[in-house]
Parts: sequence; C-alpha cells; structure tokens
Amino acid sequence: MNQILSSLAAIWGPWAQSGSQPYFWLPDRASTFARDVDWVFNFILYVSLFFFALIVALMCWFVLRYRRRPDRQEVEESPHHNTALELLWSVIPVILVCLMFYYGFEGYMDMRTPPRDAYEINVIAKKWAWLFKYPNGYVDDKLYVPAAEPVRLVMTSDDVIHSLYIPDFRVKQDLVPGRYTKMWFKAIKPGEYSLFCAEYCGSGHADMLSKVVVLEAAEFAAWLREAGDFLKKLPPEKAGEELHRRRGCAQCHSVDGKAGTGPTLLGIWGETHRMTDGSTAVVDENYVRESILEPGKRIREGFVNQMPTFKGVLSDEEIGYLIAYIKSLGGSAKGESP
Amino acid sequence: MSEVAVESPRSAENYLTARRGVMSWLFTLDHKRIGVMYLASILAFFLLGGVFALMVRTELIAPGRTIMGRDMYNHMFTLHGAVMVFLFIIPGIPAALGNFVLPIMLGAKDVAFPRLNLASLYMFWGGAVFFVVVLITGGLETGWTFYTPYSTTTGQSSVVAAVVGAFILGFSSIFTAVNFIATVHTMRPAAMGWFKMPLFVWALYATAIIQLLATPVLGITLLLLALERLFGIGFFDPSLNGDPVLFQHFFWFYSHPAVYIMILPGMGITSEIISVFSRKHIFGYRFIAYSSIAIALFGFLVWGHHMFVSGQTRLASMIFSALTFSVSIPSAIKVFNWLSTLYKGSISLETPMCYGLMFIFLFGIGGLTGLFLGSLSTDVHLTDTYFIVAHFHYTMMGSTAIAFIAGIHYWWPKITGKMYSDAWGKFTALLLFVGFNHTFFPQFVSGSRGMPRRYYDYEKLLPAHPDFHGGHWLSSLGSYLVAAAFIMMAGYLLVSIVAGRPAPRNPYGGAGLEWQTSSPPPVENFTTPPVVGDPYDYSKLRFDPRSNDYVRVA
Repeated sequence: MNQILSSLAAIWGPWAQSGSQPYFWLPDRASTFARDVDWVFNFILYVSLFFFALIVALMCWFVLRYRRRPDRQEVEESPHHNTALELLWSVIPVILVCLMFYYGFEGYMDMRTPPRDAYEINVIAKKWAWLFKYPNGYVDDKLYVPAAEPVRLVMTSDDVIHSLYIPDFRVKQDLVPGRYTKMWFKAIKPGEYSLFCAEYCGSGHADMLSKVVVLEAAEFAAWLREAGDFLKKLPPEKAGEELHRRRGCAQCHSVDGKAGTGPTLLGIWGETHRMTDGSTAVVDENYVRESILEPGKRIREGFVNQMPTFKGVLSDEEIGYLIAYIKSLGGSAKGESP
Repeated sequence: MSEVAVESPRSAENYLTARRGVMSWLFTLDHKRIGVMYLASILAFFLLGGVFALMVRTELIAPGRTIMGRDMYNHMFTLHGAVMVFLFIIPGIPAALGNFVLPIMLGAKDVAFPRLNLASLYMFWGGAVFFVVVLITGGLETGWTFYTPYSTTTGQSSVVAAVVGAFILGFSSIFTAVNFIATVHTMRPAAMGWFKMPLFVWALYATAIIQLLATPVLGITLLLLALERLFGIGFFDPSLNGDPVLFQHFFWFYSHPAVYIMILPGMGITSEIISVFSRKHIFGYRFIAYSSIAIALFGFLVWGHHMFVSGQTRLASMIFSALTFSVSIPSAIKVFNWLSTLYKGSISLETPMCYGLMFIFLFGIGGLTGLFLGSLSTDVHLTDTYFIVAHFHYTMMGSTAIAFIAGIHYWWPKITGKMYSDAWGKFTALLLFVGFNHTFFPQFVSGSRGMPRRYYDYEKLLPAHPDFHGGHWLSSLGSYLVAAAFIMMAGYLLVSIVAGRPAPRNPYGGAGLEWQTSSPPPVENFTTPPVVGDPYDYSKLRFDPRSNDYVRVA
C-alpha cells in the first residue's frame, strides 16, 4: 500500500510544486482588473461546482438505487413528462447565466474603456519580439510601467497577428497588422511579471516572451530618463549588441555561428554570399543597411525570408550601431571599410 | 409472433453476405455498406490523428526538446487538429452511424438518394486523401484555423490547397445532409409522426440543417482567398487593404456551427442509450427534440465569441456573449432530462451505458467550463490558454468521441452481427475515463494559471511558473492511458468479429425499429414491415434467456 502511495506521489510530484502559487486556479493578482475578473471566475466556478456536484450525485444515486438486480427487474411507475419541472430547470439556469453575462460584460467594458489621463506606450509586435516605445522615443524589449497609474498600450503588428497576454494582470489583446488595437491596465504592485504571445504566430511563437516590470512612479521616471540615452553612453559595438538583443534580432540571427530562421551574424563581415536569385553580395555597410530596411530584396541562399522591415523602427544612428556590432563579430574583412 | 422469428434470425442472407468481392462494396448503393466503409475510414483517420496527438503530448512531457524541434511540433499540432476536426469528428457520427441506422430507424429500405450517398463517400475519400497529402507534404503549420495573414504569408503556404481539401470534405457533408433531410421528410412510415421519431433521428436532422446552411460559407471563404491570391484583390491581407479579422469572421461562421455538427449527434446517441438501458421512456421527449433544433439555430449566432480579444467592437462582443449564453440553456435541459430518465428506471450498466453515463459526466465539465469562456471578462484571461484546450477536448473528445464510441458499442451487434466482450468493454471504459481526465483536467488548471496554448516548449516559462511542468507531465501520462484504452478497444472489437458469439436481434432491449430486424439486417433492411410504435415504450419487450434476446409480447 505504501509503495503504491509513494509511486503515486512520484507521478503527481511535479504537480505539488504549485505550492508557490497564491491561488489554486488563478495566478497572482497584480492589476486592478484581477480582483474583478477573479470574482466573476469564482462566481461561475461555484455555480458550476454546485450544478456539477448535483448532476453527478443524482446520477450516481439513481444508478445505485435503481440498478437492475435479480430482485428488481422492472421499472417503477413514474411520469415521462412534466412541464413544470422542465420550466423550472430552464428558468433557473436562465437567471444564472444572465448574471454571469452581466458581471462578465461589466468587467469587459471596464477593460475596454481606458481613462483619459492614461500613460501611453506604443507596442509593435513582430516575429518574434516585442518592442515597447515610450513617449520620449526610447524603445525596449521589456514593458516598464509605473505602479498605480493607468497605462494605455496602443498596439500594432508588423507581420502577422500576435496577442499580448499578461496573466497576472488578466489582460489580453490581439495585435493586428494594418490596424491599431488598444488595451489598458493599472498595475498595483512593483515587481516583474510574465508577458506572453498568446496568438500562434509561427516557429518562434513560444519564444515570443517578455516581462512587465512595474516600478514605483518616481523610480519609473528616473529609469526612463536614464534608459533614454543609454546608447550614447556605450561604445558603438556595445550599443549594437544591446540593440541586437532588445529589438528582437537575436530571435533569428545568432552570434554563435548557428543558422536560425535567418543567417548567423558571426564572421560574415566582408564575406561574399550567394543569393537566392543567383547573384552574389558582399556583406558591407550598404548590404546590412538594405537587409534591415528591405529584408526581402536580396535573400541569402538557403533561407526563406521571414523578416519584417525595420523601416521607421530603427533610426539611422541605431543602424550604425548594429553595423559596428556585426563588424566586431569578425569576418574576412574585419575592421576594414572598403 | 416474433418468438417464432427469433429461432433463425441469421438463416437469411444479410447485407454482409449477400454479395461478395471488393467491387460489391465499392459500387454498393446500400446505406449499410456505405456506413460501414465510412466507419472504417473515419476510425483510420482517428488513429492517424491520435498518433499525432501522442507525438504532441510526448514532446511536452518534459521541458526542452524531447523528440522534435519547434517546426515539427507546430506541424504536428496542426495535423492533429486538422485531421481530427475535418476527418474524424465532423463526419464521424452522422456519416458512419447515421448512415447505417437512420433508414432502419425509419423503417425504410435505404436513404432517399442512394447514389448521392455513394457519391458523398467518394467525395470524402477524395477530399481526405487530398487534404492529408497537402497537410503532410505542404508542411502546413498554421494550426487548423488557418488564420490570415499568417497562413497566407508563410513560406510554405499550402493554405489554399488545404482549404480546397476542407471544402471537398464539406461537399461530402452537404450530400449526406441533403440525403438525411430528404429521408426524414419523405421516408418515414405513415404511422411515424414527427414526434414518434427516435431522438437520434431528431439530432441527425438538426445536424443536417446546420451542415447544409453553414458549409457553403467555407466555400465562400475559399473563393475569396483564391481571388486574393490569384488577382490581388484585398480581402484579408492588410498590405492589399484587406482585413485579417474578416477571415476569422468567415472561418468561425462555419466552424462554430460545426461544433454543433459535432455535438448534436452525440447528444442523440446519449438520449437513445440512457433510455434503453434504464428501460424507461425518455423523459421530456419534446424538450429534448426542440432543444436540438434550438441549439442548431442559436449555434449560427454565436461565432463572435471566438473573437473577444481580436479587436472586434465592444458592441459585437456584448451581443455575442449574450447569445452564447443562450446556447447553454438547451444543453442544460438535455442533461436534466437524461437524469430524470434514470429516475425509477431499471438501470443496467452494460458497456454502451457506461459510455452514456461517462458522456453526461464529461459533457457536464465541458459544458460548464464553457460558461467561463462565454463570460467576457473571464474569457479575456482564459482564451488562447490551455483552459480552452481542456474545454474543447472535454466537449469534442470527452463528449462527441465518447458518444461515438457509445454508439459503436450500442449498434455493434446490429452492424456486425457479433457480440463483443462486455467485461473488456467495461474495463476499457473505466481506463478511458481515468486516462481522459488525467490528460485534460490538469490543462484547466495550467490554463487558468496562464499557460498559453500552441507553445512548442515551456522551459523558458518555468522560472516564473514552475507548476506548468506538472500540468504537462500529468497530461502526457494520461494520454498514454487513453492510447492504451483505445488499443484494447480495437482488440476486443476486432476479436468479436472473428470469434464473437452471434448477436441476437435485440440484445439490449431497444424499442426502435432497428431492433426489429435481424442482426445483421438483410439487404432490404426488413423482411416484414416493422411494427411502428412509441420508440421509447419498453413495456412490450421481455428478455428471453434462451436466446439472450428481447422479444415482443402482445
């Protein structure tokens, strides 16, 4: 018996790790929506549990009580129609689902009605990276927000549909290419929370992850000032390295020599590559710049273009930093500019 | 009178033995043979889809790469979804079991248009082969939903071809639907009014209406996709001033009603089985019949509940949420009526009944968890997570597939003329029940805690969400139990064909017309016209231990 129990414990062991979780069914409550959403969730949960328990209890009781046995072969007389009963079990669920609808609707309207004074951040999603653009023009791959202040996200996608999902905030909204969608929330406590892409967007869907970093309002203002000009404080190739990581280049272009969705950046500077159209191209400043702004124009042999344009996303200055970084990764013409 | 007939129910030629040879099957117009060929094909696709499911679950059993890379995983879950939806669960019950029993339940010799019926089978085969070839060779990895612009811009965009396949399959559905509607309207015996029809026939009728009205929309969508691809007319592609969300509207305008194409026949089977194995008249016949029609009609008006976070307007979301809740009422009515049928019955727990009761349990969970998704603010959190994966597996697999299995067991003696082992059947049912819940229940918890669906890996999520591992681990283990149960089921059912004892005319004591003919039925279904009565009146049937058969007493 003990052996059985311990082997069962071994099977279900990983499940027990959920001890770190504050609530069994739902994640942490880190935005003002969480309480309301959880209230509706729990309301539906308890109504459902009640009815499910009722259904299963009746089913089991009837099956046991009215089981066909040698001494009990025949059915007992009972009606097979009762309009009053039918109306009763139609009307009660109608009332309950009306309530569920109403509470859900109320919460949803709240989520879809941002306050006028909300702090605005622009979001661009692309395969497979998130870019958050702050009012001062600074762009980061993490979503930094001030606590206890309404934040409004104005979002669009550069390629396919993505969906921004922050479980701890109970918010989710699709980002659709060619149009802007909006969402808002008010974070209630400083901390770091998961941000996922929730709409399937291809190979790297599960890698399209980021974090929401909630800072106290004063800390946030200081961080933004500091972060706004971090690039200028770094040597160009270091600034390029940061950009490579933060703007999502790293999702497809490795720096360790392994080909991903796109070619690696290691050791390519000055190399001559064959293109899919049969021509050749030397990796130089102009080629890199063109590949960033018009990715589909010339594709290296062996690859299929998946890259969206970065026109309007990366400034000329930033492209310069990226070129410096790629140069620093080596190649036959390291350091030389033809 | 029937006491006499019982003595030699198998002396006459039956539909299986009347003609021999491959050609006699391929060119048959007999609805029973067509039903059997459908059944075999659909179960083969179920096996294929099941193998894909096991690949998916095995990849996710542990974080990091287990057996395949990310593109292969994305390909696998697309294959699993597409094969299961289009080749198993949509055609499943109507084309296989419906084809076999509907005409017999109506006391008819065949469906209204036997040639159309055969044509629908060929459409199914053609469409299925085309579809599977496209899916596998095209490396389709868009998910079975083919959302634009992802589906139209990926490197290997076989999406138009895949939708063509789905549309050919849709035509097969339409043919079957036309046939069933005409059969129900014109071939009932004079004594069988609308409210004397078995509830399975009502359910098939409601399903046929949906198939007939919803499937053409898939055709329209295809036409628009093709126009966009061939002539650059922008419908869905934003770079041509199209709207990608429009595709979702079209897609769900077909695919949401398709959900009721899947579930209604399952509810019909459950109504039959619960009544027969309780030996008691079904409770609330008219309410169950009308609720099928209500579900069929409401089902057309709720597609927008798939799109609460797509960017559709608040007004649209509000209307779709309210209408969605309206579908829950007819479903609840059915469940309460089934329960009341059990009350004071004489309940016998043979294999089909085990599956019938399992249906009520699993559909209860599947249906109630739908409430969380119909409600707007909770749906925002839960949509596109494992919660939704669990929800639709409880309704699609836990309910429809279980009802299909219940129906296969219930009519197996009639179809094959052989009895399977009831003990093995019950044991398998238990294993399947445990395995199913083991697989899908943890997904509710992972999902409501935030695990997104369609992720090829969750290793990077673990630092912040260590519990996701446990959910996936339990789920994958459960899937192996489910696989084991299906292997056992295939085993004892196949054994029964070879070595099962001959089935009597009416082994379970059903009062429908299909139990008045021999097992298996003759080519013309009935040698003498069946006695039409109340399909749920068991008072005239008595068990005869000598023949293990239920016989009609005057």
